[in-house]
Amino acid sequence: MEQAWIPLMLSLKVAGWATALNIVFGVAAGFGLARWHSGARDLIDSLLTLPLVMPPTVLGYYLLVLLGRRGVFGAWLERFDIQLVFTWQGAVIASMVVAFPLVLKSARAAFESVDPQLERAARTLGISETAIFFRVTLPLASRGILAGALLAFARALGEFGATLMIAGNLPGRTQTLSVAVYAAVQAGDDSTANFLVLVTSVTCVVILVLAGRLVPQHSLMTSR
Amino acid sequence: MPLTVDIRKTLRTAERQFTLDVSFTASAQRMVLFGPSGAGKSLTLQAIAGLLRPDEGQIVLHGDPLFDSTRGIDQKPQARRLAYLFQDYALFPHLNVRQNIGFGMHTGWLNPGRRFSHPQIDYWLDALDLKTVAGHHPAQLSGGQKQRVALARALVAQPRLLLLDEPFSALDHALRARMRQELSDLQTRLDIPMLLITHDPDDVAAFGDQVVQVYDGSVRENAPFAGYQRTVS
Repeated sequence: MEQAWIPLMLSLKVAGWATALNIVFGVAAGFGLARWHSGARDLIDSLLTLPLVMPPTVLGYYLLVLLGRRGVFGAWLERFDIQLVFTWQGAVIASMVVAFPLVLKSARAAFESVDPQLERAARTLGISETAIFFRVTLPLASRGILAGALLAFARALGEFGATLMIAGNLPGRTQTLSVAVYAAVQAGDDSTANFLVLVTSVTCVVILVLAGRLVPQHSLMTSR
Repeated sequence: MPLTVDIRKTLRTAERQFTLDVSFTASAQRMVLFGPSGAGKSLTLQAIAGLLRPDEGQIVLHGDPLFDSTRGIDQKPQARRLAYLFQDYALFPHLNVRQNIGFGMHTGWLNPGRRFSHPQIDYWLDALDLKTVAGHHPAQLSGGQKQRVALARALVAQPRLLLLDEPFSALDHALRARMRQELSDLQTRLDIPMLLITHDPDDVAAFGDQVVQVYDGSVRENAPFAGYQRTVS
């Protein structure tokens, strides 16, 4: 039990943080891409979607180059005594980067599907642009964003390649469920592997069922 | 209604170029901009509301310049205090009737609550016979109810001018006649100046104290309505 509980909690913590951060950045970037009419838009969209098609190990390598102790960004963080390699925070960043396009894509599509007429109506009613975003645009896009966030959470939960590259396989510290399964199989510990796989499968089913219930009924009705 | 509009705007797409060149002064309380679809009526209405920025010209309401390109004035739509009734009503689908009507009265970054109450909202719910559907969402309303909610939402802030974009086109024939009468009575009661755009001669008959004809982006005449040639479609 113990050998599954710790990696499960760590996986949920890592995926939760990665998803929370992805919602903030993904919604901002998705909104920007939906509203910004420029030739560079498609290029930026493609660049931000790259993590979806690149092998996670390649992403992990890029992250090591950037965030490692001698990396461009890592050396700078070192000055504040912050280290990301071989930490669970590093795993969060790996999961975040891998799952980011899922939130971005669905957020952009959701924002583009909001009827601009409703924003115009809010304008004539005297509502400021910032308030329009929070009172009209975001609520109407929320269902699409939520769907993307759930996919991203599931993706982050199953993250393996990039996580292994940057956070390693430290039991109790950076060993997430998917990494723990790999480690158990490598060690020939079949019973642990079986148990971990079972826990992972059950967790995924529970998340899917919970997700179905979390989507509020009235937002299903009002989606256009 | 001392509204003066004198604007020009050129819109370009890959396929075509459209030039809006509209100039008129409204003197009656009820005025109709009349013309076929695609003539630029909606663009004119949007320019008055501040939703479309003209290239040049001026829009003056009661001596207040809403837009003046020579003086660099371009009031935000939020500051113009005009009511705009959209063709498809543009009700907020995620909010109930009460929240829709109270939308503009509630400032801040959050929407009014489901039971948001204000004497003005209750007055309009009552006046437009919407009390029984106050908690409904727009998807649950009939066409006539949607229009009443849109009207209440537009009028609750006591605007200086009511702009209506093809207000009856989404309704069936019988309902159209009734809503026309309702709007007419309401306008008389409130004595609010209104500018309505339409391609329906019946609207002209009901509201056209003053009629301006728009054709292909430009105002053709500023004269009493002389007649309408029905086109066979």
